[in-house]
Amino acid sequence: MAPGEAGFVIEWLTAPLAHEFMVRGLIVAVLVGTGCAVLSCYLVLKGWSLMGDAVSHAVLPGIVLAHLAGLSTKLGALAAGLGCALATGYIRRNSRVREDAVLAIVFAGMFAAGLVLFVKVDTDQHLSHILFGNVLGVTWAEVAETAAVILPVALLAWARRRDLFLVCFDPAHARAIGLDARRLEIALLVGLALVIVAALAAAGIVLVVAMLIAPGAIGFVATRRFDAMMAVATGVSVSACVLGVLASFHLDVATAPLIVVLQAGCFLPALWIGKRLR
Amino acid sequence: MTASLEVRDVTVRYPNGVVAVDRAGFMLDRPTICALVGVNGSGKSSLFKALMGFVAPGGGSIRIGGLAVDEALKKGLVAYVPQSDDVDWNFPVLVEDVVMMGRYGHMGLLRIPRAADRAAVDAALERVGMAALRMRQIGELSGGQKKRAFLARALAQDAKVILLDEPFTGIDLTTEQAIVTLMREMRDEGRLMLVSTHNLGSVPEFCDQVVLFNRTVLAFGPTASTFTAANLALTFGAALRHVRLGGADLHDDADARHVTVLTDDERPLVLYGPGGNQAVVPPGRGPDAT
Repeated sequence: MAPGEAGFVIEWLTAPLAHEFMVRGLIVAVLVGTGCAVLSCYLVLKGWSLMGDAVSHAVLPGIVLAHLAGLSTKLGALAAGLGCALATGYIRRNSRVREDAVLAIVFAGMFAAGLVLFVKVDTDQHLSHILFGNVLGVTWAEVAETAAVILPVALLAWARRRDLFLVCFDPAHARAIGLDARRLEIALLVGLALVIVAALAAAGIVLVVAMLIAPGAIGFVATRRFDAMMAVATGVSVSACVLGVLASFHLDVATAPLIVVLQAGCFLPALWIGKRLR
Repeated sequence: MTASLEVRDVTVRYPNGVVAVDRAGFMLDRPTICALVGVNGSGKSSLFKALMGFVAPGGGSIRIGGLAVDEALKKGLVAYVPQSDDVDWNFPVLVEDVVMMGRYGHMGLLRIPRAADRAAVDAALERVGMAALRMRQIGELSGGQKKRAFLARALAQDAKVILLDEPFTGIDLTTEQAIVTLMREMRDEGRLMLVSTHNLGSVPEFCDQVVLFNRTVLAFGPTASTFTAANLALTFGAALRHVRLGGADLHDDADARHVTVLTDDERPLVLYGPGGNQAVVPPGRGPDAT
């Protein structure tokens, strides 16, 4: 590589970081990418892909109602997201409707209710920011808040990966060694809701859904072992976040959607690599 | 601790009012291989769920090794070998990872294996003849190898009471024989196995005792005296095809006995004698065959 080209690459990578908002955006994107990647592994294995979709859409009425009541919109979002997950579980146990249909009814209903309220009530929030995020507009306080929520959740979900994986793979054996599968599932849902709410400012509802599925799916098709799956998921997700933030600066395009495009674009190559490895 | 399993007057009632198990009782007080035989929907899996603590019995009591179910599970006394249909074979998990799961109960909260855990996994894989396949992803195994991987997990766990759910579904006869041999060894070293099955033909070959089950225990005892045509008719009713071959032209020799064939959809059970009370084991596949 000629020195001029190397210089160009370094320039391309570092120039955006001269701006503080780009540094903040990069940090928050990497945090969100990490948290979503770790959880996405469990969602993909448990068949809960729709759960990320549901919880992230269901937060909208929580945000609006919390704003109306003068409470923290983050707490409102968290309560609504958890409410959706728990209500779904309750309805599924007490009706003959399948889980995916129940989830779809609950989250579509809550999202629609949120939209009705949002249009009626005058909030200081921008709908497009809630839907698509505003990576480059986050404050240092928001970066700190995101880190304070996502890092512990991701660390716990990684440290307890043996038990969480076992609950997905073989609940009967989990039971046989005295684990409470239901409690772990609920812990997973709470972690999911926390990460979604923490990620909203950066990625927005619509894109958080993608970031909660694509990395896990990529890790799943590319590997034969869970530790490798999680490593690949996190690696791909974080790389896409870094690349997406930097490239969106140079190309002058929306950041969060570009990150999702990059992640989704990794799926087919991962599928191919996974097939070659077997 | 001696392996034992006591089921006394156990009733399992679901919230929708269905009574799946109704005052069932039997007692296995020593290492044994016991079949749990009944039609699909007879409540066999509900009984298993009660034994695993997934559902609390609405009445009666279960003691495993003299302990209540939750205590026995905490001590790692119980292992479960799932039915093939209940496992997603696409999961990113290798054979040795599955066997290591048997050691989780012996590890700390973060499940970090120690040397003793690795040694137990190595020994278990060696026992079931799967050491060479330990780095395979589980979906790459044949039906019999999958079963052996899960048996190795029960061995690594050092469980005293092992519940097996339809272990021979989708497995060829040679492999079935290898698994039966392994189960006999496990019994001889002091483990108790309860095997849910509707594969009637192989029951007399490898089971010491049988529980005939339809919502409750219809008959229980040693295979030789309990696994009879009369009891099976009681258990299966019309679900069983029943063919009796008799008459003067059946044999060229002096043997005047009738042959009774009982089958649902698996290997047929062949009974000899006028009352259909002597189980026949096909040549070369009996307990004495190697």
